[in-house]
Amino acid sequence: MQLKRAAAFLVALLPAAAGAGVLPEDRADLMWHYYDGGGVTIDGPSLLVRKKFAEKYAVSASYYMDMVSSASIDVVTTASPYTEERTQYGVGFEYLRGKVTYAASFSNSRENDYEANTASFSIAQDMFGDLTTVALLFSLGKDDVTRRGDPVFADEIDRRIYGVDVTQVATRSLVLGFSYEAIAEEGFLNNPYRQVRFVDPDAALGYSYEFERYPRTRTGNAFALRARWYLPYRAALQGDYRFYNDTWDIRSHTAEVSYTHPLDQRLTLDVHYRYYTQDAAEFYSDLFPRANFQNFLARDKELASLTSHTLGFGLAWEFRAPKMGFFDRTTLNLKYDRIEFEYGDFRDLRATGVAPGTEPLYAFGANVVRLFVSGWF
Amino acid sequence: MRRRTLAVLALLAGAAGCSGIEPWVKPYERENLADPIMAWDPDPVSSSYMRHVYEAREGARGGGGAAGGGCGCN
Repeated sequence: MQLKRAAAFLVALLPAAAGAGVLPEDRADLMWHYYDGGGVTIDGPSLLVRKKFAEKYAVSASYYMDMVSSASIDVVTTASPYTEERTQYGVGFEYLRGKVTYAASFSNSRENDYEANTASFSIAQDMFGDLTTVALLFSLGKDDVTRRGDPVFADEIDRRIYGVDVTQVATRSLVLGFSYEAIAEEGFLNNPYRQVRFVDPDAALGYSYEFERYPRTRTGNAFALRARWYLPYRAALQGDYRFYNDTWDIRSHTAEVSYTHPLDQRLTLDVHYRYYTQDAAEFYSDLFPRANFQNFLARDKELASLTSHTLGFGLAWEFRAPKMGFFDRTTLNLKYDRIEFEYGDFRDLRATGVAPGTEPLYAFGANVVRLFVSGWF
Repeated sequence: MRRRTLAVLALLAGAAGCSGIEPWVKPYERENLADPIMAWDPDPVSSSYMRHVYEAREGARGGGGAAGGGCGCN
């Protein structure tokens, strides 16, 4: 469940992809992804294929699957470990006319208790001697939320995203990017399984649980800046920064730096570091003073104050695929990231024998692996 | 007063449009920028997955920009 809204959200952003002037290359990617952290293991396949026609039209299709096995901190303290699957299909279409690219895409993501449908549109234009590309994006999403074991509960989420993206060639070796997105959501925005805890002197542990209650609207703004610099010895350095805030009082900063270095003609190395920090939502608390303490209640650790550090690397190896002559070029890629999450006000309730509210703060590390083959045809 | 300011701004914008902007990086000077290692997002299937990983575990979202190139649907 915790993964699905993010998934529904993500697909909405993808048509943004349309860069103006030239359509993406004909390409197929087959990936196996793996995540292991905080008692949660997720893996599965992913496939993405893109094909151009007459240098004016391009179509794309994607398939993605998550196989989740969860015994996360929330699950072990308030529920039972579970397994589930999520499947997502997507199709996209792009049309290039002069210096303008029009793009539309649709995706469907499905689980046994959640379904998300998203349609997205974008228009991108090259201007000022093709040094500047401006793209406008719009995305419309509708999610259906249900709860396992509760045939009565059913609710919805409506989501709209408006975005603008500008890419600017600054010098012969430097490209800059700026983007802004406004995200408006309305509906059942909390996780129907998650609970908050409150002080209860009558309970054995000193606290009890009640279900979360979130506002039914949320509007967020994301501003991002990025720069990619070509280094004289044929390598690339990139810096990214993002500021985010929303009507739930979450403010966050994300900074990332990455370096790409060809080791030889066939092997390319990529290393990167990412830092993320956020404030807690206004209605978040690790421990409320009593039941029904306020209108809105959250103890979802994604809404807590948190910091994460990611260190990762990637290797791409270009090889000649036997018996696959229809590919002009093929690469085998391995990417690994280590992420450390540290929470500022979310406590580890597995600790016992301490007064409620004095448990140690929760932290966990995650390993993320992507192994994929890419072919250009 | 405000209307006059707007009119002046509109005239300036129009004049800028007529004169055109001379591209300071010519098409034949874009060899470095065209190198595949300068792609914002060389592997959309992987980067869209990582955005999904972060958005499921962090409160912020969006701002991924137009870097993708096509549908990196995840």
